[in-house]
Amino acid sequence: MTSPSPVLRPPSANSLAIRVENLGKQYRIGTAPEKYRTLRESIVNVATWPIQRIRRGLAPSGTEQSDTIWALRDISFTVEQGSVLGVIGRNGAGKSTLLKVLSRVTEPTEGEVEIRGRVGSLLEVGTGFHPELTGRENIYLNGAILGMKRTEIDRKYDEIVDFSGVEQFIDTPVKRYSSGMYLRLAFAVAAHLEPEILVVDEVLAVGDAEFQRKCIGKMSDVAQEGRTVLFVSHDMSAILRLTEEAIVLEGGQVVYRAPTVEAVDYYMTSGFSEAGERKWAADEIPPNSAPFRPMALRVRDAKQNNVDVVRSTEAIHLEVEYELHEPIQGLRVGLYLMSARGEYVFTSFDTDEPEQYNQFGIRPAGHYKSICTIPPDLLNEGRYTVGMNASSFRIKRYFMDERALTFTVDGMGAPGKQWAETRMGLMRPRLQWRIEEQ
Amino acid sequence: MTETSLTTKPDALETILLRPTRGWTALNLGDLWRYRELIFFLTWRDIKVRYKQTVLGMAWAIIRPVMSMLVYALIFGQLANLDSEGVPYTVFTYAALLPWQLFSKAMNDTGRSMVSNRNMITKIYFPRLVIPISTVLSGLVDFFIAFLVLIGMLFYYKIPLTPAIWTLPLFLLLTMITALGVGLWFSSLNVLYRDVGYMLPFITEMWKYLTPVAYSAGYITGTWKLIYALNPMAGVVDGFRWALLGIELDPSASVTMAISVGVAIVVLVSGLFYFRRMERTFADMV
Repeated sequence: MTSPSPVLRPPSANSLAIRVENLGKQYRIGTAPEKYRTLRESIVNVATWPIQRIRRGLAPSGTEQSDTIWALRDISFTVEQGSVLGVIGRNGAGKSTLLKVLSRVTEPTEGEVEIRGRVGSLLEVGTGFHPELTGRENIYLNGAILGMKRTEIDRKYDEIVDFSGVEQFIDTPVKRYSSGMYLRLAFAVAAHLEPEILVVDEVLAVGDAEFQRKCIGKMSDVAQEGRTVLFVSHDMSAILRLTEEAIVLEGGQVVYRAPTVEAVDYYMTSGFSEAGERKWAADEIPPNSAPFRPMALRVRDAKQNNVDVVRSTEAIHLEVEYELHEPIQGLRVGLYLMSARGEYVFTSFDTDEPEQYNQFGIRPAGHYKSICTIPPDLLNEGRYTVGMNASSFRIKRYFMDERALTFTVDGMGAPGKQWAETRMGLMRPRLQWRIEEQ
Repeated sequence: MTETSLTTKPDALETILLRPTRGWTALNLGDLWRYRELIFFLTWRDIKVRYKQTVLGMAWAIIRPVMSMLVYALIFGQLANLDSEGVPYTVFTYAALLPWQLFSKAMNDTGRSMVSNRNMITKIYFPRLVIPISTVLSGLVDFFIAFLVLIGMLFYYKIPLTPAIWTLPLFLLLTMITALGVGLWFSSLNVLYRDVGYMLPFITEMWKYLTPVAYSAGYITGTWKLIYALNPMAGVVDGFRWALLGIELDPSASVTMAISVGVAIVVLVSGLFYFRRMERTFADMV
């Protein structure tokens, strides 16, 4: 990676901003967030407690733990004051849980964390915004929720309004705001918190390019002021640009810590087997899909590994695996590709070419894979969603899943990466340029 | 959790130690004090938002108790002809409805407050006690508005004020303590058991009949008085009528009042500790 990091500072006087030691966070699956206990269950539990107790005594040990999971386990690391640390890992690797523990939303189950300084998060901009209150009122309310003193908000008020760019509507209830205005105002408040430790999680995934530029700009400002930043993102380019060092989380553990370039390389090349694959279980398929039976959709890199992150400079293979229990006439199996903001990039079917169309006029029963290859240097960096469709034109749609799988395209080595900027557009082709002197 | 200095000097940063807590924990009122401005802002938000997009606006703070008063006056005053200890039945019941409505609204709102503010709880740290406290406080505005009507009625019926009126803030405080204490229990339980949300209207209804809102405390006699005093709101209503309307207190009032106050304090303190005990699971369970 050639792009130089804009934030290079001498190591601070050996003072730690964050010290994490043997941190573990356990969740009970049965009672995990969305499912709550009812009184009746508890009463039943109390009534049957002796029986359960006896059973548990008889059953082999270890069954008690079966309904709990460790979202984080044995995590130890330190962050020096003023450093910028990237946190990377797949979905479910424990990134969000780690940030929740560090921002004191949830308590660790074991181990300890020492934090020096105020923690601010760009984790959830606009928390506590009330739709009925005006922009001005929400600035004060949200500021207080984020832990600012009223005098502090008074002092920064003009700056916040300026930064948000919604001064015209500052006395309008925010329910009348467009989602973009809402987001900008919310971000403006959060960005002016000036915490000693800033935690950023995926803000870059929302908002338009202009907004994303502001976020990145604010982050590097914060870093340059010598504050500590923890930056979580799927966007490897942003991680590379903004952080010096990164940790890789996998299965709730820190599996790697290194200068960012190495950490990103480790993350992108290690085969995370479950990533990049969507399997359909029998109960997810509507009965009227028969005789078409989807099995899996996979995103594979040039080396045929299932991957969550692919490089834009390499070919991407999208593979649909399915079974036909009976022959189907005129079947076409296809894919939609959508950007993170829901724009269609393309739609394509496996019998688009006349040759294949003629050959598979009637597709016999059997086990198939339809593989689509996206050529190198086509997609811009970002997150994409793949949808799947199996139909016979004007006869029947057998199966459709518009959001089957998502993957990230990383722009490492893509054209124009010597400039640390977000390129507009969904494509990033390597085009021919000639410069002619006249 | 240990917290050291709170100075703003950059070289004297506040250090926070996070580690698992088990069982009962300290109330950590210092932390609550640091977030006092948040209590203010949330109270202000609740007040500000309450009557948004209503035609009658703040008038609702008057209409609701007045309508209840008229219904009670018709049913209990006229049809059942209950004794109102020498003052007009309307003002007799209105003086009780004011603290009662303050209490029942505070209890219900607080009981649901953890769940209704779940998006804040699951995303940002602040002492969770801020939410129930500000919910209870926000009910006071309605109370004071409705109180103006009571003052008007006292003039209209030419009911003389006695020095006892200076004790009214104490009974108001007792109302708030009771509401917060009960609300803390319900709000913690509601995080785990959503049944609480369904039970609350029923509990409110029952509690109202156990409190002498529509009837006179004089109907309760003998040892029943001691059981009746276990309900702090009974003490509040007796206190309001005594302070405002000059209705004489029962000779045993000092005992029953002490019981009411004692119960309210026990409920509040136990509620605070139970809330703190459950607080660590809120973000994961709500």
